[in-house]
Amino acid sequence: MEGRRFEGRRRIHQNPHEMRIQIVSYQGYGSLVLRSWEEIQLPLVDASLFLVTAPSRNKIPVCFHSYVQSPVRRSRRKLVMSPPLLGVVEGQGNVSLVSSSASADSSCQNNSELKERNYMGLSDCSSVDSSAISSLSNEKNSSLNLKATELRLGLPGSPSTPRDPELSLPSSGKQDEKPLFPLTPSKNGIHSSSHRAAVLGNKRWFSDAMDGFCEAKSAALTEGNWMFPAAGSVSETVPSAPQAKFAANSGATVILSPKPSLNSGVKSVPVKEYSGAQPAMLKEAAPAKVLQEKPRAANENNHNPSGAANNNSSAPAAKAQVVGWPPIRSFRKNSLSTTPKNNDEVDGKPGPGALFIKVSMDGAPYLRKVNLRTYSAYQELSSALEKMFSCFTIGQCGSHGAPWREMLSESKLKDLLHGSEYVLTYEDKDGDWMLVGDVPWEMFIDSCKRLRIMKSSDAIGLAPRAMEKSRNRN
Amino acid sequence: MTYFPEEVVEHMFDFLSSHRDRNAVSLVCKSWYRLERWSRQRVFVGNCYAMSPERLIARFPRIKALTLKGKPHFADFNLVPHDWGGFVHPWIEAMAKSCPVLEELRLKRMVVSDESLELLSRSFPNFKSLVLVSCEGFTTDGLAAVAANCRVLRELDLQEIEVEDRRGQWLGCFPDSCTTLVSLNFSCLKGEVNLGALERLVARCPNLKSLRLNRTVPLETLYKILLRAPQLVDLGTGSYVHEPNSEHYVKLTNAVLNCKSVRSLSGFLDVAPRCLPAIYPICLNLTSLNLSYAPGIQGSELIKLIRHCRNLHRLWILDCIGDKGLGVVASTCKELQELRVFPFDPYGGGNAAVTEEGLVAISMGCPKLHSLLYFCHQMTNSALITVANNCPNFTRFRLCILDPKKPDPATFQPLDEGFGAIVRSCKGLRRLSLSGLLTDQVFLYIGMYAERLEMLSIAFAGDSDKGMLYVLNGCKNLRKLEIRDSPFGNVALLTDVGKYETMRSLWMSSCDVTLGGCKTLAKKMPRLNVEIINEKEENYSDGQKVEKMYVYRTLDGPRRDAPDFVWTL
Repeated sequence: MEGRRFEGRRRIHQNPHEMRIQIVSYQGYGSLVLRSWEEIQLPLVDASLFLVTAPSRNKIPVCFHSYVQSPVRRSRRKLVMSPPLLGVVEGQGNVSLVSSSASADSSCQNNSELKERNYMGLSDCSSVDSSAISSLSNEKNSSLNLKATELRLGLPGSPSTPRDPELSLPSSGKQDEKPLFPLTPSKNGIHSSSHRAAVLGNKRWFSDAMDGFCEAKSAALTEGNWMFPAAGSVSETVPSAPQAKFAANSGATVILSPKPSLNSGVKSVPVKEYSGAQPAMLKEAAPAKVLQEKPRAANENNHNPSGAANNNSSAPAAKAQVVGWPPIRSFRKNSLSTTPKNNDEVDGKPGPGALFIKVSMDGAPYLRKVNLRTYSAYQELSSALEKMFSCFTIGQCGSHGAPWREMLSESKLKDLLHGSEYVLTYEDKDGDWMLVGDVPWEMFIDSCKRLRIMKSSDAIGLAPRAMEKSRNRN
Repeated sequence: MTYFPEEVVEHMFDFLSSHRDRNAVSLVCKSWYRLERWSRQRVFVGNCYAMSPERLIARFPRIKALTLKGKPHFADFNLVPHDWGGFVHPWIEAMAKSCPVLEELRLKRMVVSDESLELLSRSFPNFKSLVLVSCEGFTTDGLAAVAANCRVLRELDLQEIEVEDRRGQWLGCFPDSCTTLVSLNFSCLKGEVNLGALERLVARCPNLKSLRLNRTVPLETLYKILLRAPQLVDLGTGSYVHEPNSEHYVKLTNAVLNCKSVRSLSGFLDVAPRCLPAIYPICLNLTSLNLSYAPGIQGSELIKLIRHCRNLHRLWILDCIGDKGLGVVASTCKELQELRVFPFDPYGGGNAAVTEEGLVAISMGCPKLHSLLYFCHQMTNSALITVANNCPNFTRFRLCILDPKKPDPATFQPLDEGFGAIVRSCKGLRRLSLSGLLTDQVFLYIGMYAERLEMLSIAFAGDSDKGMLYVLNGCKNLRKLEIRDSPFGNVALLTDVGKYETMRSLWMSSCDVTLGGCKTLAKKMPRLNVEIINEKEENYSDGQKVEKMYVYRTLDGPRRDAPDFVWTL
């Protein structure tokens, strides 16, 4: 298989420990079963996403994705697997940022990997992102791409929803505007917009930090798991996940550190300072990865004195996942999430070309029907479904709206831990459950019998409960 | 006192309405005990496992109105497993056997089966009032039985219940002879109701004062109902969707003009905001407005509506009103006494969500405010201190910051001082829910100042056993204490075990209490039920922390209906 590429459709298998791939263009029509770690030592690279599960002790997912919006990709719309792309995640700016900076400072190791990364350019990802650029532009890219990741029910090749422009303020801009507002609230509540903006800015700052956190995490995950392909045995790869966490922690701390200075009355933090902070963080994160044996040491070394900031960075992540928090009666939650009837359905008779199919979502109390003919691309379907079911996904993915797309990251792991990440699957005419997005749209609507928004943990065989347990034991 | 004949004393007792007074009276002497026992008609049981129904009936043989509560409060937030218990059936069976004069039953967080409702509907010939809040387990079949068999039913009130809808015809089961309804609330039902039957029922019940419809009742029906029942005081609309220019809308507008007696408005489960002007004419009369289930009313429409409601005492609303909107509330609703602000999207960032700013504005504009439930994204100490100074009359203060453990965003300090100010200046505080970053210091304040506190909810707070001890030692009137995810352990639990006999219940989940600690508590206090809820089916050792612990006093010993995962120690 090595060095060749093949195309296929991803099929959900009943055995949760497997993911099958129906290969379309490689040696006819067959399937590849990912069953054991050995078989996936050569990581799969998918045009839109690749998820590989290591059926290891703790079933900690090894998740990569590459999410590319290049026209080439979109036109193909098939699963492309080009095996030996090690340790690389391309396309998404934040990730490439990580890679490039890692390359900058860690020339000591893994040259091969860098080469492989360049290989990514070959695998038609946007080469802009993957090449090493100045940290500032990287920064921008990263923020833009973070916004692209707002998609919650991501579909391969469904890059941007209409709200993207609004969201995709470059984060440098945010940094600029934030310090303009004093963070201390005025005493008697007369304060209005300015304070509020400050508050908002503050919040964004958190989420930025979270994202930074994610990036670091992703980097750690990436390298932790894939830098040592030769030693890719279960025992070695699995422990690297907590390891990654430490690295990510340290990164987050660093990135958060400017906050106290904001607080203490510094009026403006130049953009450069911030963008400087990020590579710094990555540098810190990278050694942490290198020090595989001493995660704790790395953690402590990098620990920033700003304890409060640390607290904050953890809080938003926690809130979405805590059972029973916020304390709202479940009846209220459910009834608010019941969306009003769809206009197209109220009108009654479906149009001539209507193709109504049922959509179910794991954990959602009701089914919906959608008319596939009203959409012309995966992207539209995705946004529509997202709207329909957002109450559930938002609810479960947290404030940073972690879609499954960008989550090769802290949030990814977190959400996987809690089994609250979703993939869109469909049942085709043959009764097989497939991942949506691998075949051209027309072919899809011809063969789709129904849709299911599936817990991706079910889809790729995670056992969230088991994970939770193991985590609790720790 | 012995100079009065017993008949006279009994007659005097009739004027004692408060349970507390009656309890006190019954302790004076044997004769009073006996008299009070026979004259007590209303009984409140705060925990259905605190005693057996037989014992209750033996003590008070002439109960006409019974209020029962089942599951712990945290069950509202999914912290109690679904099949934990709280069955009402044994109570209804016992009452049916020995107390057929029962007229009124109010249940909260209990499991009510169709069987129970069927039995209820046939056992009490004079049954008048059924109020179910956050209950579960029944379907519309049970409601149909109640409708069909309770001939003099006055009140059927279903609040926040997911009812399985077997058939939409239950409303049609009210017999034609049923003209006694005063209150009918089925707003929580999902299924369709028979609109014709509803209209006829409303038409033949001249005393109907409270009517809350569900989502399936359209605006066309609403206006017909309003024509027939202009006497309504409490109205919950169902779907409020129509074209503003349509005939129906015009008719509704005219019908609303006649509803001068409406004081309480809720519903708008589906809403076309452009239709809202129809209700403006009655807004000035409103004392209660609940838009907390109306996510469709937002922005300027919401604010316009609020501006018409100058006499509100109670306002329940979603946080999409924003701080600015709360400012409008503060300048408009000078009589406001109770405010609840619920999160529109509890997990999302929230575009227009509220902060400390809105609360401060409310506290400045609404000095009569005494009850608050406020979900917000952040809170500061200075805001809480301002609020405490502006509104010293709080009896209920429940603040939920959506991020657990979030400090004061201005200073990054814990919110100890802010909550401390609340308990210090609100002498009458009975219920308090804490959130945000909190250390043991806040519990020191609570123990020191919150003398009347009856119920305290703690989540993600405190540093050590001291925190809980401050509360247990200080709050003399504490009845319910619920704690989650806080580092309180055995020392806190076991230092003053006698306290729990003065309380109704203690809930601790994800704290540091171990199984051994719970066992010690159970051994020391035989009249307490110490329940461990353990869903993981692991063998616990004594040193292991318990996931969930529920402690309550009881006269009845360990309950017999506990599922496997509940261990009573």
